[in-house]
Amino acid sequence: MTWRDAALPAGVFAALALAPFLGFGQSHSLTLLARAMIFAMAAISLMLLVGGAGLVSLGHAAMMGVGAYAVVVLDHARITEAWAVLPAGVGATALFALATGAIAIRTSGVHFIMITLAFGQMAFFTASSLALFGGDDGYTLYGRTEIFGARLLEDRLAFHFACLFCLVAAWALVRALLASRFGRVLRAARENETRVRALGLEPYPYRLAAYVIAGAIGGLAGVLLANATEFVAPAYLAWQRSGDLLFMVILGGLAGPHGALLGALAFVLVEEWLATLTEHWRLIFGPLLILCVLFLRGGIAGLLGRG
Amino acid sequence: MAEPLLELRGLNKSFGGLRVTENVSLTLEAGEIHALIGPNGAGKTTLIQQISGALAPDSGEIRFLGEDVTRLSMARRARRGLARSFQITSVIPSFSALENAALAVQARSGSSFRFFRPAAREAALNEAAMAALEEVGLAPRAHLPAAALSHGERRQLELAIALAMRPRALLLDEPLAGTGPEEAERLIRILRGLGARYGILLVEHDMRAVFALAQRVSVLAQGRVIATGSPAGIRADPVVRAAYLGEEEGEG
Repeated sequence: MTWRDAALPAGVFAALALAPFLGFGQSHSLTLLARAMIFAMAAISLMLLVGGAGLVSLGHAAMMGVGAYAVVVLDHARITEAWAVLPAGVGATALFALATGAIAIRTSGVHFIMITLAFGQMAFFTASSLALFGGDDGYTLYGRTEIFGARLLEDRLAFHFACLFCLVAAWALVRALLASRFGRVLRAARENETRVRALGLEPYPYRLAAYVIAGAIGGLAGVLLANATEFVAPAYLAWQRSGDLLFMVILGGLAGPHGALLGALAFVLVEEWLATLTEHWRLIFGPLLILCVLFLRGGIAGLLGRG
Repeated sequence: MAEPLLELRGLNKSFGGLRVTENVSLTLEAGEIHALIGPNGAGKTTLIQQISGALAPDSGEIRFLGEDVTRLSMARRARRGLARSFQITSVIPSFSALENAALAVQARSGSSFRFFRPAAREAALNEAAMAALEEVGLAPRAHLPAAALSHGERRQLELAIALAMRPRALLLDEPLAGTGPEEAERLIRILRGLGARYGILLVEHDMRAVFALAQRVSVLAQGRVIATGSPAGIRADPVVRAAYLGEEEGEG
């Protein structure tokens, strides 16, 4: 079981690394793959909350949004250096997660879903009202983030590998966290909170730490997303997108971070593929998702793991 | 004279108009098994919950190791060495028996804010967890998920988890509940072995177990302690017979 947990994602990462050289090197394909990898990263961070800590957040798009808007704020001030943009994006999101998580994690179950949704919508409306950064219309970046003044990320292939690197790092981090002492407390508290308390462990600080870490990874995904599209709009924070992320996690399966990886890639690529077939693709996509939930109990990862 | 391990002083608790704990005072000495018996609804589990910190008493004081712990959370009391088992088995179902015990070891040894090292490969945790499982005779089943264990084995695991915490005092809420005669026999043997090393407050319906294990027995009826004494003394006490034992014998 353990080798498969690592072999499956390793195969996916290898495929992503080779894709540009196997006929997916055109700019359209690379844009799509970058988008898929960025959402996979966000989904993996959400998996730490949903699958690890049992915290079903419906406000995770706000994490990506805060990261993306950090890029916007710095871009507006003409700061595009990666060594400023990355810490700012990740740090701002971690702070946002700390502030909202400190309140949200005091609740549980449906209340937690509702309060994360509320914080997400708050962030959405805040972004919509930022006239300086385009308000509802969004904001077009002057350019992508630079590394030591070099415009490396303008190159689509370089950006592809930057996204892949971050994705692998996010996967490895979440995987390690879940297996650590920290992750063991999270998983135990998800299943039996009273037992964990009776052992002398208070779940709250562990859950809050998980929320902040997941937020920070989501923020990094947001920084990358802003770079991928060179445009940021309040729609990035909309609750529909939080729903998409949650769906990717459940579609992929909750057994490990590789589930979220597979779920997100499948979600983004199938969505794109259906859209090329017909303009009524949503009519196919919706029922397809329902069928997956009904018949793939362990998610895509469970399906592949059984074979 | 040294203070007792655990001491309740004038504990009161009401749910609405119902007084479930009324002026309860009792002590638990180190190395003693003190049994708490009483008919259904006498308030035994409510009392255990107040001692462990799951419920707050309305008034009164709980002293543990010479300190007032009445206002401490359940987690803080556990860290001071007050372990409890649950009347209804409370384990982590998807964790193996070993990992259940290892979590208890982890909770008392070092920080759990360790993010990178795989906990399942920490030898110190696994060894201490395995020792606790051996003590209750569950070592051969260590790698099965708790959900796959039989009811009796889960009661053993519950006990192993409490032991893995290296507690000073154990609160055992009906450790024999729902076990068959053979499993009960085995658990009684295990408990007798533990009695000398910990103070054990034992809530139990199985009178055979109570009289086989306890050095002292307290009888709870309608929230009040109506008698405390040696097992022989309690058995002979006419008040107790009227309130409890007679009724029980009548049923049997």
